[in-house]
Amino acid sequence: MNHELKIMAWARKDLLGLEDLSKEEIELILTTAESFKEVSTREIKKVPALRGKTVVNLFYEPSTRTRVSFEVAAKRLSADVINIAAQESSARKGETLIDTGRNIEALKADIIVVRHSASGAAAMLARNVSISVVNAGDGWHEHPTQALLDIFTLKEKLGRIAGLKVSIVGDIAHSRVARSNIWGLTKLGAEVTVCAPRMLIPPAIEQMGARITYDIDEALREADAVNVLRMQFERDEEAAFPEKLEYFKNFGITQERLKKAKKNIVVMHPGPINRGIEMSSEVADGLNSVILEQVTNGIAVRMAVLFLVAQARDEKQNNID
Amino acid sequence: MSSLMREKAKLLDKDAIARSLMRIAHEIIEKNKGTEDLCLVGIRNRGVYLAQRLAECIKRIENKDISVGILDITLYRDDLTLIASQPVVRKTEIDFDITDKILVLVDDVLYTGRTVRAALDALIDFGRPKSIQLAVLVDRGHRELPVRADYVGKNIPTSQKETVEVRLAEVDGVDEVVIVEK
Repeated sequence: MNHELKIMAWARKDLLGLEDLSKEEIELILTTAESFKEVSTREIKKVPALRGKTVVNLFYEPSTRTRVSFEVAAKRLSADVINIAAQESSARKGETLIDTGRNIEALKADIIVVRHSASGAAAMLARNVSISVVNAGDGWHEHPTQALLDIFTLKEKLGRIAGLKVSIVGDIAHSRVARSNIWGLTKLGAEVTVCAPRMLIPPAIEQMGARITYDIDEALREADAVNVLRMQFERDEEAAFPEKLEYFKNFGITQERLKKAKKNIVVMHPGPINRGIEMSSEVADGLNSVILEQVTNGIAVRMAVLFLVAQARDEKQNNID
Repeated sequence: MSSLMREKAKLLDKDAIARSLMRIAHEIIEKNKGTEDLCLVGIRNRGVYLAQRLAECIKRIENKDISVGILDITLYRDDLTLIASQPVVRKTEIDFDITDKILVLVDDVLYTGRTVRAALDALIDFGRPKSIQLAVLVDRGHRELPVRADYVGKNIPTSQKETVEVRLAEVDGVDEVVIVEK
């Protein structure tokens, strides 16, 4: 019996999305996160792995849960953390993202965690700085750490990803969480179905490997898990969204609907929940819900990501020296 | 193993390893006047199997079950950026309270002392043990830190060009200690 794990090096200084990653790279992050999960159960919830490193959370969009999760993750690795709410700072004075990034680099920070409303913002930043960039959400494009924590939670609950049937319900068109989940889940061998009103399904989604249904009961019937996305009514600038009550009636997850699904179906939600719109309170707080476990697992996943990109960058630098 | 490595000599075989571990088990019991508050913590990777074997030896002598914890010290290393290949972070599993316990830290080879330094840092984060002792199968010298083992299977003087490889059945399919020249 061989207990040695196969060592597969992580070579990327950045984490920009799951589209770019191989199956092995995703699995390495998940395995590393499993080890990091234990740290948060200790009396002293801290390890010195990133001591002396500085992590800058650069957020151009309001965010509490993702930013706090990254901050907790960095602090449990002993990194120093600086939070910049960019929408109320230099960006208002007209500084570009690249200039801001270069200034952060000049401060000798080591990792920028960036959230931006423009798709591709993280990748552009990564090309223009030599320090690590972690994408915490760019427009409608990707939110890789959210998908990784969803997949981690699913794997923890069901023991595997390959062969699972996962339905993603909600505003697929405007969702970076949906995109990252589809990339990650299909690479690991799951079958993904997306379900939403017609106007919230983007045209190219089938090319990513997802199946489409407009019928919520069909989406739930065979599913091992359902990932329920937040309806971002506050962003409905095009008035493309259905009316809230109508949405709940046609797509909301209720106990009634779950009765027709598999008994142990895993119900996920990236938060914050709109109770009574995406799902009923009964479901959100019910036995199938893993919503709070997702929050706990998010810390382990983000610790793993910060640790891996920091190491890869250090190695690159050593090679240059 | 790389083709540049040449195996120079076998230092311990299966029986010699078993005898060393049995002697160390006796020494641990003697020094601590029994097994009260005694716990073993193996350092990943091979220290874990040695700790489990020591626990079996102690059980055979005293008929007492001893808790065995697993420590991964990757996150506490001071040379994370110096090693050529990235270490994989693996789980630490210490599911008992170490406060006021006598911990015996177990590793395969004692060399520079840096692994032990990292392990001590990690253990202190789990609680405040009454004491920490160190057991190793091989002490090969060349210390860079003020560390010494309480229990040693075999002292093997080496040159820094050489490497001591401990192979255990659980991982390597065979029990032996060999000296290898780079």
